[in-house]
Amino acid sequence: MDLLYNIFIDPFVQMVQLPDLFVQTLWEGLVSGVLYALIALGFVLIFKASGVFNFAQGIMVVFAALTLIGLYTLLRGWGVRPGDLAAFLALGLTIGVMFVLAFGVERLMLRPLVNQPDIILFMATFGLTYFLIGLGELVFGGEPKVMIAEDLYLPKGSLDFKILGGLVSLQKIDIAAAVIASVMVATLAVFFQKTRIGRALRAVADSHKAALSVGISLEQIWVIVWFAAGIVALATGIMWGARSNVSFALQIIALKALPVLILGGFTSIPGAIVGGVIIGVGEKIGEFYWGPLLGSGIESWLAYFIALIFLLFRPQGLFGDKIIERI
Amino acid sequence: MRAPSGADIAAGETMLAVENVSLAFGGVKAITDVSFDIRKGEIRAIIGPNGAGKTSMLNVINGFYTPQHGRITFKGATRAKMRPHEAAIGGIARTFQNVALFRGMTALDNIMAGRSLRMHKNFFWQLLRHGPAMTEEVEHRKRVEDIIEFLEIAHIRKTPVGVLPYGLQKRVELGRALAMEPDLLLLDEPMAGMNLEEKEDMSRYVLDVNNFYGTTIALIEHDMGVVMDLSDRVVVLDYGRKIADGTPDEVKRDKAVIDAYLGVAH
Repeated sequence: MDLLYNIFIDPFVQMVQLPDLFVQTLWEGLVSGVLYALIALGFVLIFKASGVFNFAQGIMVVFAALTLIGLYTLLRGWGVRPGDLAAFLALGLTIGVMFVLAFGVERLMLRPLVNQPDIILFMATFGLTYFLIGLGELVFGGEPKVMIAEDLYLPKGSLDFKILGGLVSLQKIDIAAAVIASVMVATLAVFFQKTRIGRALRAVADSHKAALSVGISLEQIWVIVWFAAGIVALATGIMWGARSNVSFALQIIALKALPVLILGGFTSIPGAIVGGVIIGVGEKIGEFYWGPLLGSGIESWLAYFIALIFLLFRPQGLFGDKIIERI
Repeated sequence: MRAPSGADIAAGETMLAVENVSLAFGGVKAITDVSFDIRKGEIRAIIGPNGAGKTSMLNVINGFYTPQHGRITFKGATRAKMRPHEAAIGGIARTFQNVALFRGMTALDNIMAGRSLRMHKNFFWQLLRHGPAMTEEVEHRKRVEDIIEFLEIAHIRKTPVGVLPYGLQKRVELGRALAMEPDLLLLDEPMAGMNLEEKEDMSRYVLDVNNFYGTTIALIEHDMGVVMDLSDRVVVLDYGRKIADGTPDEVKRDKAVIDAYLGVAH
């Protein structure tokens, strides 16, 4: 009886008794959800346009963030003042680097592998991951770096609300992350659904030969989509980096995007956001209210558990395309 | 535009010429030293038993395969090698033997995809769905609706194509090719797997496309009745070689053709 009470009654009693704590936990969950969603977004872009799970998305986040900081340091070293000028110059240059990366990936990795099975392309993204890890460590060194949040005008500090008989505190950087993520998602969703290039991207994902036959250039589409994923990676890197540090450990966190994708659907941009938020909130609430029952630490596996349940009952995710094969 | 009559075609200019084309995959010879031409405005059939190299021939024409030997001249320009999307830009559209549609998209979006090459407005405008891009989208949508009406698929325009029956999928695929407003339309077994009624419908569409739009058509087909009714001239392949070329009547009486189809006593 005690156990049942602890599982089904007590957590909800706590939520009602200390609503400020509940709101704070909810917010924390929402924020980490948005950050998961940003990473998931990068995966969705490439999956939508090539049907390949890009294992390298996590390292692309780290690589983009490190490039930004590296270039900033370099520019400051050359005497570029003031700091914000250097920061935005570095931002522009990093976008350029992401384009070169997209171009290189298309030329050296994707083009020679046209018409190969998806699993070959997937393995190639593993190769890309370790290449980028090596390159990143060689150029920028392995130690964690501090994100140049201040010079990019990212807000600092927190907003405190005295509500619900307590104190709820929202970090401004988290609010900025949520806003940036929402804008990116809205833009990408319209881009995919409503533009000619968006239509071409979906076409390439469905059938290479049919896309070629209507005059869509695979090369061009792949550069565009990897570049877009690179931009998303850069935004993710800045946001993650501003909350903690930029280190290679981030790319492991990026794998949290996997349950997010299973939940939201591999092909859905809004799904990445909704999935991210559900996972983020579920994790934090679960950890805070039910975690103690299991000796804590459920945050690290709860997401995968939720994903497993989803795979059993709704394998295409909440918003994914349900592919019906006529046989 | 008036459709060219038989006499016009006989005298007509050459749209595409294939000269001494050979194609091999490793040691397997798919096509050996084949030459033929397609004249402007005609319906040209490519026939032959299974494995004769017909689909390989279409793949060579639209750039999916690069032949080891031979030359292809399209609209006066000779080429050694062409990429598929370049062929599309040049005005060659095609359908596939096993329907290749964009399965996740609606019939309408599939056909709109066929107009990708003709839409040029800056994509920032498209993103805003405003100004010149909107006018352009509306204009293209109008052309697409004409095609949808022509092919009598208005009732399925918002249906994801993956769930459509096979006959309708083939029609959507034809619609997508027509949306490109091609000079040369390649049809790979447009009637395969269809019942008699569907075949008659499809034959009518092929003839109408040829008549009303003046589109030159090259088609592969196994149904001899259809081939004889539709085509102006027929080229026959067997084991990757050309064994006959001429009007349907000439080809029907050709000894080599009869042997290839019925077999010969050894």
